[in-house]
Amino acid sequence: MITLHGRTVVPGYAEGEALVSPEPISGWGGIDPAAGRIIEPRHALHGMSFTGKVLVFPSAKGSSGWSGFFQSTRLLGTAPAAMVITRISTKSALGAVVTRVPALTDLDQDPCLIIRTGDWVRVDATHGLIEVKPGTLEA
Amino acid sequence: MRDGAEGAATAAAMDLLIRYGDALACDRLCDVRNVAGTMTQPSPVKERLVREGGWDKAFAVINLDCDTDIEVPAMRVPTCQLQHGFGPDARGVVPYPDQRIALQQDAESFYGRRGVNILATCTPYQVGNIPVRGEHIAWMESSAVIYANSVLGARTNCEGTASAGAASLTGKIPCWGNHRDENRYGTHLIDVRTPVDSFLDWGMLGYFAGGVAGEEQPVITGALGRPDLADLKHFGAAAATSGGVELYHIPGITPEAPALEAAFGGARIPEPIPYGPAERRAVYETLNSAGDRADVDFVLLGCPHASVDQVRRAAAALDGRRLHPGTELWLMLPRALRDVADRSGYTEVIERAGGRLLGDSCPAMSRVAPEGTRVFATDSAKQAHYLPAILGIEAWFGTLEDCVDAAVTGLWRGRLP
Repeated sequence: MITLHGRTVVPGYAEGEALVSPEPISGWGGIDPAAGRIIEPRHALHGMSFTGKVLVFPSAKGSSGWSGFFQSTRLLGTAPAAMVITRISTKSALGAVVTRVPALTDLDQDPCLIIRTGDWVRVDATHGLIEVKPGTLEA
Repeated sequence: MRDGAEGAATAAAMDLLIRYGDALACDRLCDVRNVAGTMTQPSPVKERLVREGGWDKAFAVINLDCDTDIEVPAMRVPTCQLQHGFGPDARGVVPYPDQRIALQQDAESFYGRRGVNILATCTPYQVGNIPVRGEHIAWMESSAVIYANSVLGARTNCEGTASAGAASLTGKIPCWGNHRDENRYGTHLIDVRTPVDSFLDWGMLGYFAGGVAGEEQPVITGALGRPDLADLKHFGAAAATSGGVELYHIPGITPEAPALEAAFGGARIPEPIPYGPAERRAVYETLNSAGDRADVDFVLLGCPHASVDQVRRAAAALDGRRLHPGTELWLMLPRALRDVADRSGYTEVIERAGGRLLGDSCPAMSRVAPEGTRVFATDSAKQAHYLPAILGIEAWFGTLEDCVDAAVTGLWRGRLP
């Protein structure tokens, strides 16, 4: 079990399988809200679904439509379960708020290096705590 | 305002701003009197909400992130609408559902009555919305944000639909990031060692600067000509596309950097990153990497929305020529400038050649190109970057003249000048 400490972006608790992006994520032009997938060509997570997962990513990039596209995932039922964001910006902060999922940033270790896709992650965003069970997927 | 003393909508707006401020770890709001957001542009989710509960419902959910029923009051501070998918001049020209245009017109009359200025452009600064230096504003649209911060010296972060909506009803926004002096200094120095003195070159340099600086603040020096509005519009849009640049400085040209030292706030000046002929060629090749087929079906000009001078140059390049039968040419611009183009005779020249001027519009937002488009050409680094991903088409990037040549011959023959 690995523990990370960070700062609350949106309070709440969620757990799920991690989907870790090695590179920033685009909202507008980068995700398909109806499908809950990353669609940016040449992106490391191209074609991957984030629905119900703990989405771990370094930062938000691209258009100011970022938050609106992630809000649409909530309205269409394809949202991630939680967000872990290495470096916050207005795009990702507002995006997490309107997606209404537990979210953390400013972690004491780089979450994109510590957490791996497929790890089971508990995000206690209210208390700024993340617990990672490496590679132990719960069915 | 959060207590509801100024109405339920304003309370919801303040609630969103407080949640947003908490997410940024920012406990201060600053006053803004200039908001640029998006309310009237249709989307599938918005269409559903309008059917359920009218524009009040759509505004509550999308522009305030609020679940309760509210009535949209008059905007508290001057607020404008950014670009649309297409306007009514696209009817019969663009394969775009008429019902979307009708819905947008309905939205315009609803929001117009509540004080939203329907500028309908990604370049509000071209049609009368020019914030003054040092003014705190709340704008969306990455290409407008970088222009307002860098060229005008106004102060804005890259806001989103809900934060701009909340700002329009409160006149407040979190005092974070670009609103604060200490975050406005340069972080990277780019030394230009190949002449940059054309619209094409300013766009390529912007694309390079975004790749270098990411979300931070590049400072540009070296072999630069004196840019005009269109050059800096292209530079900024490109830097905000390849990276997330919201603010840059060009010493001697942009207002917060009278000299190199000022651009870095007196701090140590970092080692320069060179932009020479090899870097320039690499950018050109990247922007042309999504194109193999030389037969061009579609030419797109005016991203960000064209200035009147750009329309005049397009008209001059098309004068007396005729588009290839299989190729369309669209030029995007603010509707207010279309009126100027009409009066100046530029529209007539472009339409006589077979091209179209489309006010309000953005094919990337509407996700629409001419029927059957497989290969497009553009003079915009931003569109060359985004449109292949959004529409699954190939892209060529070059000068206005290369693009017009492709529109007339149906073939791409652009070369790096």
